[in-house]
Amino acid sequence: MKRIVQALLVLLLVSLMLFVMLRIVPGNPVAVLMGEHANQATIDRLTAELGLDQPIHVQFFRYLSGAVRGDFGTSYSLGKPVSELMGTAFVNTLLLSLAAALFAWITGGLCGLLAAIRKNSIPDRLFMGFSLLGISMPVFMVAMILQYVFAYWLHWVPISGTADWRSFILPAVALGWNSAGSIARLVRSALLDTLEEDYIDTARAKGLGKSGVLFRHALRNTMLPTVTMMALQLSALLSGAVITETVFSINGIGRLAVQAITARDIPLLQGTVLFSTAIVIFGNLVADFLYTVLDPRTRKEA
Amino acid sequence: MLRKKEKQIVSDFEHRKADPAGPSEISEAYDLGEAETFGKLMLRMFRENKLSAVSLLVILLMILCTILAPVLTPYGETDMDLLNRLQPPSGDHWLGTDEGGRDVLTRLLYGSRVSLMVGIVPTLLSMVLGALLGVMAGYFGKWTDTVIMRLADIVLAFPSMLLAMVIMYTLGGGLFNVFLTLTLMNWGSVARIARSETLRLKKSEFVEAARSIGVSKWKIIFRHILPNCLPTLIVLFTLNVPAAILTESSLSFLGLGIQPPGASWGLMVNMGRQFLYNAPWLSFVPSAAIMVAVLSFNFLGDGLRDVLDPRLRKQ
Repeated sequence: MKRIVQALLVLLLVSLMLFVMLRIVPGNPVAVLMGEHANQATIDRLTAELGLDQPIHVQFFRYLSGAVRGDFGTSYSLGKPVSELMGTAFVNTLLLSLAAALFAWITGGLCGLLAAIRKNSIPDRLFMGFSLLGISMPVFMVAMILQYVFAYWLHWVPISGTADWRSFILPAVALGWNSAGSIARLVRSALLDTLEEDYIDTARAKGLGKSGVLFRHALRNTMLPTVTMMALQLSALLSGAVITETVFSINGIGRLAVQAITARDIPLLQGTVLFSTAIVIFGNLVADFLYTVLDPRTRKEA
Repeated sequence: MLRKKEKQIVSDFEHRKADPAGPSEISEAYDLGEAETFGKLMLRMFRENKLSAVSLLVILLMILCTILAPVLTPYGETDMDLLNRLQPPSGDHWLGTDEGGRDVLTRLLYGSRVSLMVGIVPTLLSMVLGALLGVMAGYFGKWTDTVIMRLADIVLAFPSMLLAMVIMYTLGGGLFNVFLTLTLMNWGSVARIARSETLRLKKSEFVEAARSIGVSKWKIIFRHILPNCLPTLIVLFTLNVPAAILTESSLSFLGLGIQPPGASWGLMVNMGRQFLYNAPWLSFVPSAAIMVAVLSFNFLGDGLRDVLDPRLRKQ
């Protein structure tokens, strides 16, 4: 309960900071919007219509009460309600992120697992070297290499867009690439730590086979650090989605945010960033909750 | 009176440090047995971790190339040669030319100035800011702690790329604003670590001793707590540099960071993207440069962490 209140407080402060940051940009956004040839009367009328002539705290509370009810204002550049634009975009981002997370967890988890059970072997070094490469490659680099090789050169999948499910393959791999690297490293070190615990020796001593030890005892306890990782990766995925969606022309939240900046569309930018941050805060909350379910030792504080 | 006593203890400490062979109770209390000079520490790192040695070499080489750029290449940063547009790599242009006939290798060398600077300067600034705020939060506690750590929570709650985009939108593009953005983005995590280090150090005997003889709060912070956070902070620095390079390159890739005619690796990728299919080297060469820089700093950070602060390994 305390955590939920805390999360809501952070979200409130986040929206306040965001609001202030986007309002201190010099110049009247309406004047920018109307172009050079707009006359002052029209600018004034539109400013009043959008409520931008009100004091900033009034504007903030208006925005907040709207946002709670799912109304994030109207986009300046696209003329549609921000919530409607975000709704369509969110489906794409969600699909992309889920596919990327799936890819990252399967490849990263498997690589980490194989590396840990054969510590210091050739596959271990290979996987770990590869994972470091994964962490060090900028998202746009992975995305463009994949696009060049598999879409342009080999014609296996569409170059961009969201026409069918096959066009999600490359973006998902590109977005999941970095996460796969960090997950592999985390799973490896967590599993190695667990394998040194006393209860693993006990399990071995009572005659449990290798796979029994691994699946019944070791892997379960490796779940804990991985849950924290999941929450951290959520933030990284949403950051990476901005780049991936731009490269592959996917109309998601990230691309919407980039478009909003180019068009100096404050309500759209504010909505997309606030929405993404809310998802991250919520994700962290869920991770905290999962943690207490998985590890009874952490329960007494809650 | 108290000052004198403090000076006495400090000079005693310095004296013992200079001559650790001299056995004394103080040297044991301060655990001088493990003290290593910086040079010895580096040597140990290179012995234990060959990759970090290679990485340091690569980083130094990059910095050298950055400084010597005007000597190393016969072309100027913005020399146009419209007859030789989009040329593939050749003897004259080792890495080809771009849409204006500019030499890609030359642009890469000049671009590394911005990219390396963006890695180092804002990271340093965010370390100083984050360490100061974190130590203050940890040491003073109460409302100082609450205010600083809530602020850090807010900064850390945003997906980093989106926060960077919003700050860049507010400030506008350009090198200086990229510095400012990265500093504002990264101080939070530094503050969290500095705070937890401080909470640990605050309970230690030498801080208690300093407090009991009446050393002022700020003096304890600057003389006793911050120097002891230093190993952790150095490691964090080498791990934050590659993160900063990646963020800048992503921002510039989106056209929100460094503005033309300036050159940074991320901006070069962005400009080359329109020619991805007929001149792929325009995007892939600077991408590879980013990767090598980030990889080197990551390896170096790993090596430093192992020798300086093994406790960080698990994070």
